[in-house]
Amino acid sequence: MANSSSVYETQSRVDPIERHTLAVLVDNEPGILARVAGLFSGRGYNIDSLTVAETDHMAGLSRITVVTTGTPMIIEQIKSQLGRLVPVHDVADLTSEGPHVERELALVKVAGRGEHRVEALRTADIFRARAVDSTTESFVFEITGSSEKVDAFIDLMKPLGLVDVARTGVVAIARGAGGL
Amino acid sequence: MTGAAMVVRALIDQGVEAVFGYPGGAVLPIYDEIFKQNQLKHYLVRQEGGAVHAAEGYARSTGKTGVVLVTSGPGATNAVTGLTDALMDSIPIICLTGQVPTHLIGNDAFQEADTTGITRPCTKHNYLVKDVNDLSRVMHEAFHVARSGRPGPVVIDLPKDIQFAEGDYSKPEAFEHRSYRPKTEPEPAAIDEALDLMAKAERPLFYIGGGVINAGPQASADLRSLVRSTGFPITQTLMGLGAFPTDDKQSLGMVGMHGLYESNMAMHDCDLMIAIGARFDDRVTGRIDAFSPNSKKIHVDIDASSINKNVRVDLPIVADAGRTLSLLLKGWRSRNLKVNAKAIDLWWRVIDKWRERQCLTYDKTSKIIKPQLALELLQAAMEKSGREYFVTTEVGQHQMWAAQFLQFRDPNRWMTSGGLGTMGYGLPAATGVQVAHPDALVVDVSGEASFLMNMQEMSTISQYKLPIKLFILNNQWMGMVRQWQELLHGSRYSESYTDSLPDFIKLAEAFGWTGLIANDPGELESVIDRMIQVDGPVIADIRVDQKENCFPMIPSGAAHNEMLMGPNAAQTAEVSDAGKALV
Repeated sequence: MANSSSVYETQSRVDPIERHTLAVLVDNEPGILARVAGLFSGRGYNIDSLTVAETDHMAGLSRITVVTTGTPMIIEQIKSQLGRLVPVHDVADLTSEGPHVERELALVKVAGRGEHRVEALRTADIFRARAVDSTTESFVFEITGSSEKVDAFIDLMKPLGLVDVARTGVVAIARGAGGL
Repeated sequence: MTGAAMVVRALIDQGVEAVFGYPGGAVLPIYDEIFKQNQLKHYLVRQEGGAVHAAEGYARSTGKTGVVLVTSGPGATNAVTGLTDALMDSIPIICLTGQVPTHLIGNDAFQEADTTGITRPCTKHNYLVKDVNDLSRVMHEAFHVARSGRPGPVVIDLPKDIQFAEGDYSKPEAFEHRSYRPKTEPEPAAIDEALDLMAKAERPLFYIGGGVINAGPQASADLRSLVRSTGFPITQTLMGLGAFPTDDKQSLGMVGMHGLYESNMAMHDCDLMIAIGARFDDRVTGRIDAFSPNSKKIHVDIDASSINKNVRVDLPIVADAGRTLSLLLKGWRSRNLKVNAKAIDLWWRVIDKWRERQCLTYDKTSKIIKPQLALELLQAAMEKSGREYFVTTEVGQHQMWAAQFLQFRDPNRWMTSGGLGTMGYGLPAATGVQVAHPDALVVDVSGEASFLMNMQEMSTISQYKLPIKLFILNNQWMGMVRQWQELLHGSRYSESYTDSLPDFIKLAEAFGWTGLIANDPGELESVIDRMIQVDGPVIADIRVDQKENCFPMIPSGAAHNEMLMGPNAAQTAEVSDAGKALV
C-alpha cells in the first residue's frame, strides 16, 4: 500500500485555484456576520475580502459581498454551505453568472511638504482620486475603482508620505437589468 | 402570558410529551411552569450531556423532535457535545438554554456563557430571544427548522427576564419561512435519468444512509419495494442500518471501514452507485482517489452541500429521500422498466464469490468469550423474546461488532453515534428510547470504557424505573484505541488500558439494578436470557477476549479492495505515513 494517500489530499490531479466574487442576501439580524465568517474559518475556506451593510431597511435585508479563492469543488461547497444557513435568502456567484462590476473605495492619508505634496496631488488627479480633507501638511484622498487600481495608487503614495489607508473591501453587482 | 408560560405552551402545542433536562438559576421560571401542568413530562438527567443524548435516542426511535431544557453557562456548555452529535447525525433536537437577564449579557455574570456564539457551529440554527414578543414565533420556527430539510439541533437561548416578561402568545397556522425553504421535490427529468441508468446498469448497487431513516417509515417501505423490484444488491451505512433488512438475500450488510468484504468490493467494482441519504463520509469511502473508480454515481441528498463534497457524482438530486424513492418506485413501475437480467445475474455471481470469503468468521470454539459470539447470542435472545427491541451503542469495537453481528430489520430501531463518534452516547440514548417505548426491550451494547463516560445516567434510569439492559462487552481496554496502536504504533499501548474498573455487579446493586456476569462461553446464554427476563434495569458484565480485534477493516488511507481480513493480515499490512496521519 505504498501508493496510499491521505483522504484529505482529495485529488491526484491538481485543480486550478479560482477567484470568485459572491453576493449573499441575508436577513439583517444579530450574529449573521459571525455565522458567515465562522463558516469560512470553521471549514478552512479563504476570505480575500468581505463587506456587509444593510441594503433594504424596510425588508431588513443586508448584502454581503465576499471574494474567495478555491478549487471549483471548494467554490461549489462554499455556495451550498452559505445557501443552507437559515437567514440566507440568496447566494449569487457573480464570477460565474456573467459579467459584473467590482468596485472598492479607499481613504488614503498622505503627509508631506513641498514637492511631495505637489506630486501627491498630481498623482491623485491622474487616478481621479478626490481630496476629501486637507491640512497644510496632509491630504486624505478618496479613491474608487478596482482593487488593482487602489493597490497601484497606494503604492505610488508610499514614497510621498503615506500615513494611513482605510479600504472598504470589494462590492460587486451583476451587469444588466437583473437583480438578486 | 409570561415568557416561561409561552415556552411550555408552545412545547405542548408542538405535541411534545417528553423533555429531558436539568434545572438551574436561569431556567427556574420555566421549571415553575412545568410544575404547574400535567401534559408535559420532564425527565431529570444527571448531567446535561446526558439530556441531549436522551433526546437524540427519543427522536431517533420515534421520528419526533427531541426536546432538551438546560440552564445557562455550564448547563449550555455541557450540552455542546450532544448538539454536535445531533448535527453530525442529522437528528432533530430543540435545546432550550437559560441565559442571564438581557441587561447582564456581556457582563461576565454568574453562569453566563456566550451560548449562541459557542453553539453556532454545532447547531443547524440558533436564536437569542431578546424581546418576549418574538418568543412564540421563535419557538414554532425553531421546530420547523429542526425537523424540516436536513434535520438538526436548534438552540433557543432564553434570558431570564424574557421568561418573566409578559407578552402575547399565538400559534402560527401555516408556516412559511422568509428565507429558509429546503428543496424537497426532485426534478422529474432527474428521476427519469436515474431510472434510465438503473435499467441499463450491469453492476448496480444501492448505497443507503441515514437520510432514508430520517425521511420516515414510508421511505424505508418504498426502498424495500424498489430494491426488490430491481433485484439489485444493497449496502447500508452505519446510520442507514434498518432501512432495509440486513438478513435479506439482497443485502450485503454494512459498508465502510469495518463494513463487510462483499459490500466494499461491490462499492469498488460497481458500474452504477445509487446513493440515497448517504454523504460519502471518509469512513465509507476510504481512499478517495481509488473510490469506486468505474461507476456512474447518482446522489440523492436533501442537503446540497453534501453533493460533490468528497466525491464527484454524475447525477445529483437535491431532494427528500422519501419523495425521491416514491417517485423512483412509481416511475419504475409505470414505465414498466426491466433490468439487464443477464448482467445482473452475472454481478450476483461475482458478489456470491465475495460472500464465500465469509469475512465475519471468528473462532467459535474459543474457551474465552468472543464478543462476536456474545452479540450473535444477544440477537437470538432478543428475537426469541418476541418483544419489540431497540439497540443503542457506545463507540468503539463493540459498536462495530454490533453493526456487523446484529440484524437490523426495521428503521428507527438502531441508535448509534455515527458522525461524531461520541463515547458515552449509548446509555443516555437508551434512556430516551425507553421513555418513548416503555414496553419495548432496550439494550445498550456497550464497552466498559464508554459506559464510564456517562455512567451517572444510571441514576436517571433508576428514578424512572426504566428496564434498560446494559450489555457490556468488557475487555478492559479501550479496544479500538488498542487496535490502532497495534496497527500504527508498534503495539505501544499508551494509556489504552482501562485500569481500576468498578465491580459492575456491585455498581448495579448500588443503583438498585440487577448485576450479572458471564466469564465463559457456557454461561453466556443463561446470562443473556436472565438479563432479558429481569423486570428492571440490568448490567450484564460480559468478560470477552481482551485481545480480539475488529475485522474486516479498511486501514486509513487504503482503498475498498485493500481490506484487512483478520489478525494475521494485520501483521503483514503496512500503513503508509499519509494513512497514519488520518483518524
